[in-house]
Amino acid sequence: MNNPILKMENISKTFPGVKALDGVHLNVYEGRVMALLGENGAGKSTLMKILSGVYERSEGDVSYMGQPVNFKNVKDSQDVGIAIIHQELNLVDELSIAENIFLGREPKKRLGAIDRKKMVADAKDLLESLNIEEDPNKSMKKLSIGRKQMVEIAKALSLDAKLIIMDEPTDALTDKETESLFTVIRTLIDQGKSIVYISHRLKEIFEICDDVTILRDGRFVAEKQVFDIDENTLIEMMVGRKLEEQYPYMMDNQGELLLEVEGLGNDHVHDIDFKLYAGEIVGVSGLMGAGRTELAKTLYGTYPIKRGVMKLVGNRILPKSEAAVIKAGLTYVSEDRKKDGLVLSMSVKENISLSAMNRITRHHVIRKNEELGLIRDFIRQLSIKTPTEAQKVKNLSGGNQQKVSIAKSLMTRPKVLVLDEPTRGVDVGAKKEIYDLMNQFKKGGMGIIMISSEIPELLGMCDRILVMHEGTIQGELTRTEATQENIMRYAVGLEGGKS
Amino acid sequence: MKQEYKENLRRFQSVFGLLFFIIVISLLSDRFLTGSNIFNVLRQTSVNAIIAAGMTFVILTGGIDLSVGSTFAFSGAIGAYLIGSGQPFMVAVVGALTIGLLIGMANGFIIAHWHLQPFIVTLATMTIFRGATLVFTDGKPIGTGFEGSAALFAKIGGGYTFGIPNPILIMIVLFGLAYYILKHMSMGRYIYATGGNQEATKLSGVSIKKVKVFAYGISGLFAAISGMIITSRLSSAQPTAGTGYELDAIAAVVLGGTSLAGGVGSILGTVIGALIIGILNNALNLLDVSSYYQQLAKGLVILIAVLLDRKEK
Repeated sequence: MNNPILKMENISKTFPGVKALDGVHLNVYEGRVMALLGENGAGKSTLMKILSGVYERSEGDVSYMGQPVNFKNVKDSQDVGIAIIHQELNLVDELSIAENIFLGREPKKRLGAIDRKKMVADAKDLLESLNIEEDPNKSMKKLSIGRKQMVEIAKALSLDAKLIIMDEPTDALTDKETESLFTVIRTLIDQGKSIVYISHRLKEIFEICDDVTILRDGRFVAEKQVFDIDENTLIEMMVGRKLEEQYPYMMDNQGELLLEVEGLGNDHVHDIDFKLYAGEIVGVSGLMGAGRTELAKTLYGTYPIKRGVMKLVGNRILPKSEAAVIKAGLTYVSEDRKKDGLVLSMSVKENISLSAMNRITRHHVIRKNEELGLIRDFIRQLSIKTPTEAQKVKNLSGGNQQKVSIAKSLMTRPKVLVLDEPTRGVDVGAKKEIYDLMNQFKKGGMGIIMISSEIPELLGMCDRILVMHEGTIQGELTRTEATQENIMRYAVGLEGGKS
Repeated sequence: MKQEYKENLRRFQSVFGLLFFIIVISLLSDRFLTGSNIFNVLRQTSVNAIIAAGMTFVILTGGIDLSVGSTFAFSGAIGAYLIGSGQPFMVAVVGALTIGLLIGMANGFIIAHWHLQPFIVTLATMTIFRGATLVFTDGKPIGTGFEGSAALFAKIGGGYTFGIPNPILIMIVLFGLAYYILKHMSMGRYIYATGGNQEATKLSGVSIKKVKVFAYGISGLFAAISGMIITSRLSSAQPTAGTGYELDAIAAVVLGGTSLAGGVGSILGTVIGALIIGILNNALNLLDVSSYYQQLAKGLVILIAVLLDRKEK
């Protein structure tokens, strides 16, 4: 292997009262992808902020292309060719692709007017160098998130970036978009660029990365070549202990019939039939756009039912609003906790109570002691890591935010719990805790519907799996029947159906 | 630790600002810190403060209510008319306040039911009810007269209880009520939640429509109460009364640290914001500053306060 293009040695960063990084190393090699791996709070973002000049390091040395460097701000790092693609993209929806790429650096004619022709032509060249076919005049808002990311990468290239940092780039992408991102990454590598790839998803690291650096609790754990290492070793290095069983499946003890749905339909889903019993976890699989979240929101009363029958514990219900469904005993934990699940500006306590204020009020007046008692029980039961119940939810890690979402649902005392992507954006250690909680609820006689795009997780946790395709249930597989392959066959519509 | 300290500092920043203000003005004018002037300031402040208290509910939900000045005038005119035509005190007051409440609830309903921008909806109702006031009064003041229930009505704005002017007492009671609703009742929780994340609040089973009808209803009701105070003090309703009051109320709320984006803020902040504006007006009067310069000074103070309060990077 050749010399590293970037060498960060013994980097430490101290914030008042906290040592965020302690003697961390990171080497990035020319023409290779370096994965930066670690749980939330391991120090990945802090390290990247030091690299790009947002923070100043407390100790350590950074050298870039053989020269010691000390970036004071983002512009310094940009000038030598280091670019960051953030999770939240810095693009203007109302402008075109070309205008976004050259925003603030538009090529000018002699009198100062923008040279549109040159701008569009340059943008076209950049997109072509990434093998992307897209009209540079197209408005940004017409692009999918995946495409927008490509524009952000093109923008980095236009700044002559040699080292590109990608922060959780696939978090919001579909599988197909992820594939084309990987193609672009390979193109960039062929052009001799170097990449730092930050992700939770181990599978992606094996697919696209050459090297991996693992951090834990602000400390350096190891640097390895990816072909030298397997998934279990990686996880152990990340969490710092042995993982017994990734998916702690528990035999079902099927109880009474909780939820029965027949011929359910509206604008989003159609002809939905299934049953859910107490003490079982039923998975819902399907491709992006198959109607999984729509099914959940239909059951939950967000999308009105137009056809069919829904019975909860034997009683027919016609969900008109979320409140009515919650009262009947079904509740939903959204896949997008920041947008649909939590009020980030409010405290842990206020979020957990929000769906079930009737439990802690009398004549609409909040009984604060009663509330505090209940909330503390939930914090303990779900081991939510928060300094106090008054902490704002936005200050918690992804895993703990997810637990707050789940606690909020539990507070309504549901019989049926619908979990939509319960482990998305959650690190490995917290995933296991969420699985354990699901088993605990299952044992307590709850019926759980688990929607997930990660098939291994469904195979690992569920008693049955419903596979959706184009708005309806294409097939149902028992735990013993289900495999990754036959789920995919139903999901793409090759098998099953009702014709 | 540091974060908590900073948050506390932010919370008390406006209190420090107010104290600083009071000290500077009392050094400049020896008439400022006298008993009669303190009552004077508080009484003048009460009109804007009460409207601002209602406005706080609306802004906390992430909305805005531009119609309060017109609601203030319209319900004042209705009140003056009812008293003037010999109706009993209670009929006139309850009638006028109900009008204010209904205007507010209508705002909330329209905004929530048809998912419209609060700015536009309340801009429209502001214009509608200013027009309605002009039509109803024919552009002329309506006197309450001085007979019968008018004497009792005049006490709302002009009377004293236990030696304290009634408008001040009304203001204190309304702020207490607002504080209780926002801090101790489920509706208060829902108001903060709606402003913080409306979609998540809806998906938690909370009826956004109820929350908005409530918040705008309170705003309309409080504007009408404020309108009663002025109508009572003047013994007449002016067709152009309350013009521009929505801006003073919004300024008081924002000076008090409530975010225009919703979800963050407090009613105590609004008290301080209203006091800052009230004291500033009073001080400029005491210092014989011309009313032209008063506008200028008020605008600058608001700008400086917002600059000081801006989010740290």
